[in-house]
Amino acid sequence: MGSKRTTRRDLLKSGGALAGGLAVLGQTQASGQTPTVAPEHDHGSGASPMIKGTKELVEYGQRSHFVTSARIAHPVGGRHSPDAFGKTFHIATPLQDSVGVITPSSLHYVATTRGAFVPDIDPKQHTLMIHGVVDRPLTFTMEDLKRLPSVTRTHFIECAGNRHNGRQKTVQETHGMVSCAEWTGVPLSTLLKECGLKTSAKWFVAEGAEEVKGASSMPIAKAMDDCIIAYGMNGEAVRPQNGYPLRLMVPGFEGIFHTKWLRRIKVVDRYYMNYNDYGHLEKSEKEAALAFQIGPKSVITKPSGAQQLSGPGFYEISGLAWSGGGAIRSVEVSTDGGKKWNRAEIKATPQRMSHTRFGYPWVWDGKETEILSRCTDEIGQVQPTREQVAKYWNVPFERSYRVPGLDNSVMPWKINRDGSVTNGLA
Amino acid sequence: MGSLRFFATAAIALLLGSPALAQSPTYGVGRTPTPDEIRAMDISISATGEELPQGRGTAKEGATIFQQKGCAGCHGKAGMGSIAPELQSNKGQDVPVWERGRGKSGWMILPVTAPYATIVWDYINRGMPLGKEGTLTPDEVYALTAYLLAVNKVIPEDQVLDKESLPKVKMPIGDDYGRLPDWKPKTHRLPGYGH
Repeated sequence: MGSKRTTRRDLLKSGGALAGGLAVLGQTQASGQTPTVAPEHDHGSGASPMIKGTKELVEYGQRSHFVTSARIAHPVGGRHSPDAFGKTFHIATPLQDSVGVITPSSLHYVATTRGAFVPDIDPKQHTLMIHGVVDRPLTFTMEDLKRLPSVTRTHFIECAGNRHNGRQKTVQETHGMVSCAEWTGVPLSTLLKECGLKTSAKWFVAEGAEEVKGASSMPIAKAMDDCIIAYGMNGEAVRPQNGYPLRLMVPGFEGIFHTKWLRRIKVVDRYYMNYNDYGHLEKSEKEAALAFQIGPKSVITKPSGAQQLSGPGFYEISGLAWSGGGAIRSVEVSTDGGKKWNRAEIKATPQRMSHTRFGYPWVWDGKETEILSRCTDEIGQVQPTREQVAKYWNVPFERSYRVPGLDNSVMPWKINRDGSVTNGLA
Repeated sequence: MGSLRFFATAAIALLLGSPALAQSPTYGVGRTPTPDEIRAMDISISATGEELPQGRGTAKEGATIFQQKGCAGCHGKAGMGSIAPELQSNKGQDVPVWERGRGKSGWMILPVTAPYATIVWDYINRGMPLGKEGTLTPDEVYALTAYLLAVNKVIPEDQVLDKESLPKVKMPIGDDYGRLPDWKPKTHRLPGYGH
């Protein structure tokens, strides 16, 4: 197979080697053909109980109570969420249950710069002020912003603390500080043109309305390229934990730049180095260069840590790939610990700085192995192994090696003989 | 005729007027804030200190405020660390700043490693004390900044910090930190790295 694209049809065509897989599929179909409840004309005995319609369910729907997928307080920084004061710090999304590319708003990861209160902002009182080295400072109400031409784009956001290590058990713990949503709002470039940038405008500082007034400095080139002043998230208003009523989207940059509860943008002529920026301070210029744009990264979400394979046979390996450099161009999967890499199927047209779902048809032979994924983005950046990163930085390699910048190294999942899946870094 | 005249006008506008057009608003949405409104909201402090308010403070005053405002409760006695990050390094002046400037938790010690003293002022002003952010007066922020710089031997005990002197403080890190490269769209994040 090699790097040749492998589809499920190829696998099915290849016959004999797949006996185990087909047997498992056959079983599933057989049990599907003998339902315990008559499918038609039985509204009484044996049918599923009914979910009663209520005023609340008419107004705002709910998921099935059989679906229990939930976020967890992430141990990044060793802080509990919520803490004794009701503040939240880091909350991780359940990637192991994810399908498609969109993270439901209720399950989107959350991080606050210092463990912040989530402000309860009245949108009628909220404004965005843009000032600094512009011809005309302007203040926009939420209504003003919604009058302007909008864009809708799918973008991931990832926390710089989203690092995988051998102590973590699940993909929620290793990679749960990343999510992807559909964001709607006004391009920041539209607002900056409305204000008129002076030629000295080189950077901008974005600031939130929460109690610490979190602020970050970013290049004006990014503002004019693709930043969005977002009021919409997944078809409704941005959620409070994600910045209601207004969040700055900085596609592909580390999460902290995506300023929540956005109240002010100051256009400036130099790097301002506010406190959030100071947190990015590095001794080496090369490491400092990794602070903005996230590298190409992917992870297998199913099967992943703490999940269980029911036995040898067919499984679609499924995962997510993303990059701060643009759209994902290709994803490869290895099912033999990285010896051979096979091209995975991309599930939909990859969007720039967005999650891309990939799949790879796999027949597990029941032997112990390791499964991994790696991706390449549209500008040719390739997701590295830790070994490759260590080699570049000229340091001795060990599996616990700390990748400089946001850790985008390849994640191995170990498939044990009993079908259990464990962290390959452990 | 009408459409011809329109095109002629548009062409002239394109030829002569486009630099001017690019400078003028397209939508006319939003209102102009007053200078007072801008001043009230603009808490961004840069290295030049041009946005700093009037006020003054010394380390001695800061030591008292550090106790009174409960700073020591989280940051430990004299900022030696507790449940919140350390603000005083326990290593001597002979230790290189990148080693001296990291606390037990691995967090950098702000008054040691900040490239500009204005960053210390800015953070205390916008983010402290926990739960009562934005309540410190400019004098108190100057005094606390002076105290934290003095305990780390960055400035002498008796130095008065104000709008003029704060931006002139020489921080121990000097130029020993990586500058950010120019960012361009669709470009590798670190040339030659490829990852």
